[in-house]
Amino acid sequence: MGHLFSLLAWGPDGWGDEIASGVLVTVGLAFATLPFGLLLGFLVALAKRSDIWLLNAFGNLYTTIFRGLPELLTLFIVYYGGQILLQKLIGLFFDVQVEINSFLAGMIALGVVFSAYSSEVFLGAFQGISRGQAEASRALGLSRWLTLRLVIVPQLLRLSLPGLCNLWLVLLKDTALVSVIGLPDTLRMTNIAVGVTKEPFFFYLICCLIFLVLAVLSSIVIGFIESRVERGQRRSNA
Amino acid sequence: MTGPAAEPTATTPSNGLWARKGRDVAIASTLCLFVISVAFTNWPLVAGQMLGHELFVRYWPRIQGGLLTTLNLVFVSMLIGGILAFPIAFARDSRNRFLSGWAFSYVYFFRGTPLLAQTFLIYHGLGQFMAPHRELLDSLGLWAYAREAYWYVLFAFALNTAAYQAEILRGAIASIPKGQREACQSLGIPDHIGFRKVILPQALITALRPYGNEIILMIKGSAVATVVTVFDLMGTTRLAFSRSFNFEVYLWAAILYLLLVECLRRIWDIVEWWITRHLRPANG
Repeated sequence: MGHLFSLLAWGPDGWGDEIASGVLVTVGLAFATLPFGLLLGFLVALAKRSDIWLLNAFGNLYTTIFRGLPELLTLFIVYYGGQILLQKLIGLFFDVQVEINSFLAGMIALGVVFSAYSSEVFLGAFQGISRGQAEASRALGLSRWLTLRLVIVPQLLRLSLPGLCNLWLVLLKDTALVSVIGLPDTLRMTNIAVGVTKEPFFFYLICCLIFLVLAVLSSIVIGFIESRVERGQRRSNA
Repeated sequence: MTGPAAEPTATTPSNGLWARKGRDVAIASTLCLFVISVAFTNWPLVAGQMLGHELFVRYWPRIQGGLLTTLNLVFVSMLIGGILAFPIAFARDSRNRFLSGWAFSYVYFFRGTPLLAQTFLIYHGLGQFMAPHRELLDSLGLWAYAREAYWYVLFAFALNTAAYQAEILRGAIASIPKGQREACQSLGIPDHIGFRKVILPQALITALRPYGNEIILMIKGSAVATVVTVFDLMGTTRLAFSRSFNFEVYLWAAILYLLLVECLRRIWDIVEWWITRHLRPANG
């Protein structure tokens, strides 16, 4: 057992620092995807609520597609498809070989998947805000944009927080898929360590435990955020 | 419109029920038949030949095989996971602290870590323990299985979905009011019969929707099998892409996955509507 843990040492002899750098990439990817996915999801939710037929249909199609496709396939489509598309575009003007960054491809693919799910969460949250609020804002002379920003969005965030937190935990796990296209994340570094040390069970177990720790840490932070967001709400038993 | 003739549904409620849902049923069954015919017959190949689509004709047989592998993986692992889910769900609510702690850790581990990492853990990790016992396994005739990635992936998926299904089941059972069980006891019905005849049927109605979602998650998740060399739908598509360098094959796979998920979703809607008919007002 002792020699297994010595494999996790920091420095050139052990894999501790390599795996730690992978963890940073995992966390970085998740954090980079989050704002992108949230914004896109919000826009898709707006499209699905819109009165314009075309936007509506687009929003529904978007969710159906990206909730139905395997995340891995979405990733491949973005990675290879994006590469081919960019190559064709740039090839029109320059004669260079284009290679898409796996971090960027992962961010786009995971963000798109995240947005498809989060748009449904937002849609549900919109339904929790009564129509009267928008009407009252109009009666007070607020513009549509100000109504959205000052009245709707703050409540929307509170109502959609539980759903979004769930999606965050899913996102954190989905980042592992990006190791397949070569991004040096936790799982990829574990793969390399296994290739060298021939200790798959130990290293993959460590990798799983790292993801568990990330999930536990997230849950703790989520708990803080939730209690903070709920502080203005009247408790039913108070 | 007055008189009894205007309400034919009143005398034949079940026909009326189906008539209301007729369009959905028609769409779902058409879609379902379409998916089955694509998976199990060779009309897509014939159609491809007739249209002279060379790429399709060359790679479709493989991709169809991959589709069947995906269906097989999902179906078998859901089934095994569904059976495993019962003891796990009971253990989770057990008064025995050791049992409930174990079940809690099991569920937490499999729900909190990526399926891909679990698949690696089981495929490479278990393989590590199998390899030194090659002669023993060989003499038992098990080495052929111990070499095949399919069995490891199946095992990983079954363990993964068992954790999710246990939570679904536990939540559904917890949603049944306590009074139901007490009523069973006061009627002198033994606990295990009360559970099977009274609690479980009601719990499964609640569990139906999450179960459907879990199958969809499994269909999507099964794509990671390709990473450990199982040639499922994703794997055969990847192979076709690496040989032809034609991006189109990924779009075929996308359409197939979407068809599978959409088909399942629609069937599930109808099943849910059908088994909850006693909970709605008449003809609802």
